[in-house]
Amino acid sequence: MIKAMIVINNQGKPRLSKFYNYTPLEQQQKLIRSIYSVLCLRPENVSNFIEGSSFLGPDSRLVYKLFATLYFIFVFDSSENELAMFDLIQVYVEILEKCFSNVCELDLVLNCSKMHTILDEMILGGQVVETNSEKVMQAVDEIAKMEKITAATKFISKSTSLFWG
Amino acid sequence: MSGNGGPSLMDSLFQRTLEDLIKGIRLHLPGAGQSSFISKSLDEIRREIKSTDLQTKSTAVQKLTYLHSLHGVDMSWAAFHAVELTSSPLFIYKKTGYLAASLSFRPSTDVLLLLTNQLRKDLSSTNQHEVSLALECLSVICTPDLARDLTPDIFTLLTCGKMFIRKKSIACLLMIFGQYPDAVRVCFKRLVENLESSDNAQTLAATVGVFCELASKEPRSYLPLAPEFYRILVESRNNWVLIKVLKIFMHLAKLEPRLAKKVVEPICDHMKRSEAKSLVFECVRTIVSSFYEYEFAVKLAVAKIREFLLDSDLNLRYLGLQGLLLVAPSHLWAVLENKEVVIKSLSDVDQNIKLEALRLVMSMVSDNNVVEICRVLIGYALKSDPEFCNEILRSMLSTCSRNVYEIIIDFDWYVSLLGEMARIPHCQNGEEIEYQLIDIGMRVKDVRPELVRVGRDLLIDPALLGNPFIHRILSAAAWVSGEYVQFSRKPFEIMEALLQPRTNLLPPSIRSVYIHSMFKVLSFCLHSFLLPEKGVNTSLSNFDDIEPGFTYSESEQEFTEPDHATRSSTFQKSDTFMLESIDNVLTQLITSLTPLADNHDVEIQERVRNVLGLAQLAQQEISCHHDLKEKMVDKVNLKTSIIINIINDALLEDFGPIPFSAQERVPIPDGLVLEENLSKLDSICADVRLPKSESFCLIKPVLLPTDGDSNSNQQNEEESGTAVESTSLLAEHRKRHGLFYLPSNDKKIASSSFPPANDPNQRDNDVEDLVKLTEESLVLKRKPNLSRPRPVVVKLDEGDRHPITVKKTDENEDLISGAVRDVLLGTEASLHSNISSSRRKGKSHSKVNMENSETGNSSKRRSKHRDHGKNVEDRDENSEKGKKKSVGRHKARRRADGDGVVVVQKPIIPDFLL
Repeated sequence: MIKAMIVINNQGKPRLSKFYNYTPLEQQQKLIRSIYSVLCLRPENVSNFIEGSSFLGPDSRLVYKLFATLYFIFVFDSSENELAMFDLIQVYVEILEKCFSNVCELDLVLNCSKMHTILDEMILGGQVVETNSEKVMQAVDEIAKMEKITAATKFISKSTSLFWG
Repeated sequence: MSGNGGPSLMDSLFQRTLEDLIKGIRLHLPGAGQSSFISKSLDEIRREIKSTDLQTKSTAVQKLTYLHSLHGVDMSWAAFHAVELTSSPLFIYKKTGYLAASLSFRPSTDVLLLLTNQLRKDLSSTNQHEVSLALECLSVICTPDLARDLTPDIFTLLTCGKMFIRKKSIACLLMIFGQYPDAVRVCFKRLVENLESSDNAQTLAATVGVFCELASKEPRSYLPLAPEFYRILVESRNNWVLIKVLKIFMHLAKLEPRLAKKVVEPICDHMKRSEAKSLVFECVRTIVSSFYEYEFAVKLAVAKIREFLLDSDLNLRYLGLQGLLLVAPSHLWAVLENKEVVIKSLSDVDQNIKLEALRLVMSMVSDNNVVEICRVLIGYALKSDPEFCNEILRSMLSTCSRNVYEIIIDFDWYVSLLGEMARIPHCQNGEEIEYQLIDIGMRVKDVRPELVRVGRDLLIDPALLGNPFIHRILSAAAWVSGEYVQFSRKPFEIMEALLQPRTNLLPPSIRSVYIHSMFKVLSFCLHSFLLPEKGVNTSLSNFDDIEPGFTYSESEQEFTEPDHATRSSTFQKSDTFMLESIDNVLTQLITSLTPLADNHDVEIQERVRNVLGLAQLAQQEISCHHDLKEKMVDKVNLKTSIIINIINDALLEDFGPIPFSAQERVPIPDGLVLEENLSKLDSICADVRLPKSESFCLIKPVLLPTDGDSNSNQQNEEESGTAVESTSLLAEHRKRHGLFYLPSNDKKIASSSFPPANDPNQRDNDVEDLVKLTEESLVLKRKPNLSRPRPVVVKLDEGDRHPITVKKTDENEDLISGAVRDVLLGTEASLHSNISSSRRKGKSHSKVNMENSETGNSSKRRSKHRDHGKNVEDRDENSEKGKKKSVGRHKARRRADGDGVVVVQKPIIPDFLL
């Protein structure tokens, strides 16, 4: 299964972290730090897989891909295929690209919950449930619409809402 | 902002949004400014979260969730507020609440139980996204209680018409099973149904994913579903599904060898057909790790691996090497075919690729090329970064020591290689080298002279003492030099080396090994001096350096005097000089050890006093009898001689490797009650001091330095303080004993028949070398013309190095698989009737797994086999025959069971596979 999905920038700041098994917060931060310490030492143009048993626990692998300033990372075990995970990063980034045209780090910083929404449509309980970006987009749009409608109702009834900012 | 109490209207009106918070954090530089901003925001959040206005509360939770997941702020205190939000009818609040819950709740969160009802409500919601929120949250925070309470709801969702929900509930099921194995009894049937319905690729992918996880933990229970997986393997065109099915077959193949025949061909078809590299690689992995007996399949897989290896994409090259590593144990030819690529990869920029290549190179090692490969690898080790260097050394050590040094023929070479390794600057494998040096010493008698030579070279080099990583190696060197001192050409030289001032850099545990080795060397020297006629046969033959001027001017002719007779005659003549040198050594020993007699470390103190005791006694008597040097007879009657005789007898006893279970195999003597309480003895023994020092020097095994001493890594504070001082001492020491510090020349004199492993002159043409030598020694597989036969290596019958630990399976997994077995076999009868009556008109194949049991009737069984025949038309006759045979067997078994009576005594997995 997939153990975690993490996005960190090239200075080691986490932008998204989702663990599919219960992991205490301190442990999460430790893992993110150790992953970063491995990734930041890797030169460009090397392979994207890392055998992670030494720092992520037994039977752990890691696939990462660097887009501009962001590392997208999947941690998984031997029940997943490395190249398939690599494709999954691609799909995820593709969807982000569709959501925020010309996606940049700031978009992700400001829209953390949207990243979670997209991820949750693709992976549930460590299992991949959807890989078709069209379908994910459709679900994400539906959710966004529902969020807006309810918020809009609020907006009318209560002028303090800042949602439309 | 308002004061201390609850949130005011102002708070709600001018509440910071999440975006404001993020922008605020970005404005402050990381460090104090940022953290004070965060703690200020936290105070705001604490006020806002108490608001009765859901909007305010929601924003507060949102901000808190953000701070929690990306800035590590604790939010366990806000759990209740998250639960509160999930019950809101408005989607946005519900979503915020669920996100907070799934990111922050832990199994111990007490409000978790409050969430059960809300989850249940949302799981049955008509809004599919609400269901999806609940499922997602449940999959992350699932506890046994939640799983138990919500199993019925998930069960309902498994047949939900909306695929969107069904696939998610299937994925969620895995977590439910993990927490509450009894859920298997309820849901397994529907899970299997989802496996059979091929109408939706996504639900199928989720289902197969769940089975893959389950099978990876305990494959046996899922063997009965093999026909179903087979159908998916043949029919599905979804790569995700196929990858998972292949993984399932990888697990099942270990249990059921007959599976291989059936699945190999479809897997090969996928391998040939598929464009997707992920699927191709999975096929390759499956074939080479589980179905490697099928030559044609392996050939195809190796061809694909080669494509990967030659690809420009580094990821594919890395995976190609991994694939090759999987083939290596069963088909070494595949590695040899690609050896150029492998060896070139050894100097790749990519650490991953280098490591894989190293493993592959090691897989090529055999007894006739190990010398050359190790030589080249040492060259690589010297060139590469510390991490990779140690990786190289580690794999060399483990490969060479495999199966009690199976591939080593020339142990002299290997021992000197170990010595070379210690001199590699980055070497951090001291512990392993230490173990092997001692292990070889005990196992291989013939190598001991060389071992002592290597040990001497290491001990004598003061530079090595400064590197804490190789202290363990020095400890081994000291031990072998002491234990096998009779093979030493120059025992006095070893004594000098053991006494050199820089030894104060060593940790106490290793120093005590040094000191005990001095004891052995000393007693050996004294013995040879005092009782030569006795020692002639055993030890004196190697003791030819006790000659005129032996200490400071070594003449080469000493080594070229093999004649025993002349040697003993020169020995007689040189007695005067020996006396002088013995005297010298004793003085030196006493001078350098006396300060240590009050050392804080008990081990050191104990041993120093032993050595000193012996040395002082010997010195006294020898100087007293200075005049008696002509009369050898008198020496025998000295007190020292008597003691030395006893000690030497004790020391001469050879001890070999000891198996881990040796202690257990010692029979308990009759009349010894081990459980008896010994506390009564305390009063008796209180004033009796155990004769420690005597027993210590007579019983050797106490000394075995492999027993990892707890304080072995602790440097003695006091002693390391003198490190600066020691450099000047060293200079002085060098000045005095200048001749001892010529290791490079020394090595040539003690000419060995093999080249030093890391000779800088031989290191340049590595790649060509390695390619060439693998060509010569591997492809041709010619037997090396050995100059000498492989020495005897002592082996133990069992558990040579580490006791095998029995792997304990997870209790939950047992429960799950038990439940699965019950479902598949125990309740088969009811299942069967249910299914055959309620569904399946045209889809005969989907009945397969349900019918597969002892209780199914044979006509249906046969029809099942026919169905399978349709699915896969081109099958060889063998399997056809096999099938018939199995049908016959089923019949027979059924008859034996007695007609009609449905009794399943034990969960035998019936064979459905042929």
